[in-house]
Amino acid sequence: MLEVKNLNAHYGAIHALKGISFTVNKGEIVTLIGSNGAGKSTTLNSISGLIKNRKGSIKFEDEEIIKCRTDEIVKRGIVQVPEGRRIFAELTVEENLKMGAYLRNDSDGVKKDMKKVFDMFPRLAERKTQLGGTLSGGEQQMLAIARALLSKPKLLMLDEPSMGLAPIIVEQIFAFIKEMNEKDGLTILLVEQNANMALSIAHRGYVLETGNIVLSDTAEKLRTDDEVRKAYLGEG
Amino acid sequence: MFGEQLVNGLALGSIYALTAIGFTMVYGIIRLINFAHGDIFMIGAFFALSSVTLFNAPLIVAFLVGMAGASIVGILLSRLAYKPLFDAPRINLFLAAIGAAILFENFAMLVWGPQTNTFPVLIDMHNYSILGLKFTTLQVIILVCTIIFMILLHLLVNKTKVGIAMRCTAQDMNTARLMGINTDRMVYVTFAIGSSLGAAAGILVGMYYQAVYPMMGFMTGLKAFVAAVLGGIGSIPGAMLGGLVLGISESLGAAYISSGFRDGIAFIILILILLIKPSGILGKVTQEKV
Ligand SMILES: Nc1ncnc2c1ncn2[C@@H]1O[C@H](COP(=O)(O)OP(=O)(O)OP(=O)(O)O)[C@@H](O)[C@H]1O
Ligand SMILES: [Mg+2]
Repeated sequence: MLEVKNLNAHYGAIHALKGISFTVNKGEIVTLIGSNGAGKSTTLNSISGLIKNRKGSIKFEDEEIIKCRTDEIVKRGIVQVPEGRRIFAELTVEENLKMGAYLRNDSDGVKKDMKKVFDMFPRLAERKTQLGGTLSGGEQQMLAIARALLSKPKLLMLDEPSMGLAPIIVEQIFAFIKEMNEKDGLTILLVEQNANMALSIAHRGYVLETGNIVLSDTAEKLRTDDEVRKAYLGEG
Repeated sequence: MFGEQLVNGLALGSIYALTAIGFTMVYGIIRLINFAHGDIFMIGAFFALSSVTLFNAPLIVAFLVGMAGASIVGILLSRLAYKPLFDAPRINLFLAAIGAAILFENFAMLVWGPQTNTFPVLIDMHNYSILGLKFTTLQVIILVCTIIFMILLHLLVNKTKVGIAMRCTAQDMNTARLMGINTDRMVYVTFAIGSSLGAAAGILVGMYYQAVYPMMGFMTGLKAFVAAVLGGIGSIPGAMLGGLVLGISESLGAAYISSGFRDGIAFIILILILLIKPSGILGKVTQEKV
């Protein structure tokens, strides 16, 4: 479904991605793990078209999208939940969700999906008219995911959904991610520093180190890999 | 005399408020002090004037021509002069704005000449007494127009999808893009709205002072900028409030302190606000956009 080949990204003189290649197949959860500054967010932002200085090939459903603008990429069905959630602080919960559905014209469908995410996250339903900026971190993460779901993604990319959240909330969020994948068949590209959690729900994974992919395997194999355990699972 | 000056201040303040909205909205979305905004105000007044002198257009049509023409100029300005610099340091954008201002002023001198034109008064003048205050027809028109524009703007920005998308773009451009919003288009819409309101103010000033001339946008532009900072730059209600406060202080100041002091008052207010509350009356403590 997504095929990234020899992707390079630059910030001025910084060469942040040095020709990475990976794929995400339909129906999979694929995780991209790596430590601070490895280039995980840069990868997602390059796919989303937020980083203009990018080269290589990004194919989505067999079409080249590396030249596309961000809104065109979203229209094709690649939706990102950015690092730090990026809720619109001065918009209400409901307005945030409406912006998720910005490109949709089927108002009945949007209403239905709105109801669906409110059933999924009852906390958000209770806080419909509250400003986004006043939500707790966990609620903001739920809102960020709900907002992304309202744009009807084909591929959902999540950038560190566990960041700054209490372990119990992290578990809830990961349970949602798994459920969306299993129940609705949603394809997911999950970026995480919390490698343990990510590998526990993913099918496959890639390990990113300073702009290079150094390892790739099934999630199960990565979890038992000595290198990975030492470097990312805090073991050994 | 107090009542008369108050009414005068309200009318003047409304004009500052309408002009300040363009400053504040553009700043809110691309962090640019658009110094060409005062000149768009002037161009709008000239468009309206020409539609009256050349085609005998009725007042409403003159307003529409001026506002539509100015919004096209605003969109072209942002598309041709600013868009190529969106990713450049803000100082480049600021210099482009100053360049555009000079261009507009010279363009106006070339097309309409440097002289001061009188705006033909197309309305019957009466005096009205409302709540014990005396208003002229023109002052009533200024206030009513301003109130209508403010209500429309409020509905547009807060209740429509495009308006909410504009606010998203102003709050966090990258995340707005991730929603599928074409943020460049939102910037153009912002320029169009700000420019058309600026043009409306320009036409009202042209009628009020009976004068339309190429440099008319300079002082009003500066004052509107002060009004926007006073209210809290980036805040639309702030621009409205800032405009009114400035207009009223100016009128009262000119009447009770010295009329030669009129223009100085705006800048004294600017200095005071920068000293006491740099974020303005309704401004939030701003975090610099990275
Ligand atoms: N806007 C930027 N300007 C310059 N350099 C940047 C910018 N964003 C990221 N970088 C650099 O690019 C490299 C990759 O950063 P990136 O944000 O992709 O890392 P990450 O893997 O997401 O890290 P983290 O886990 O901390 O979020 C880092 O060296 C970082 O310093
Ligand atoms: Mg990151």
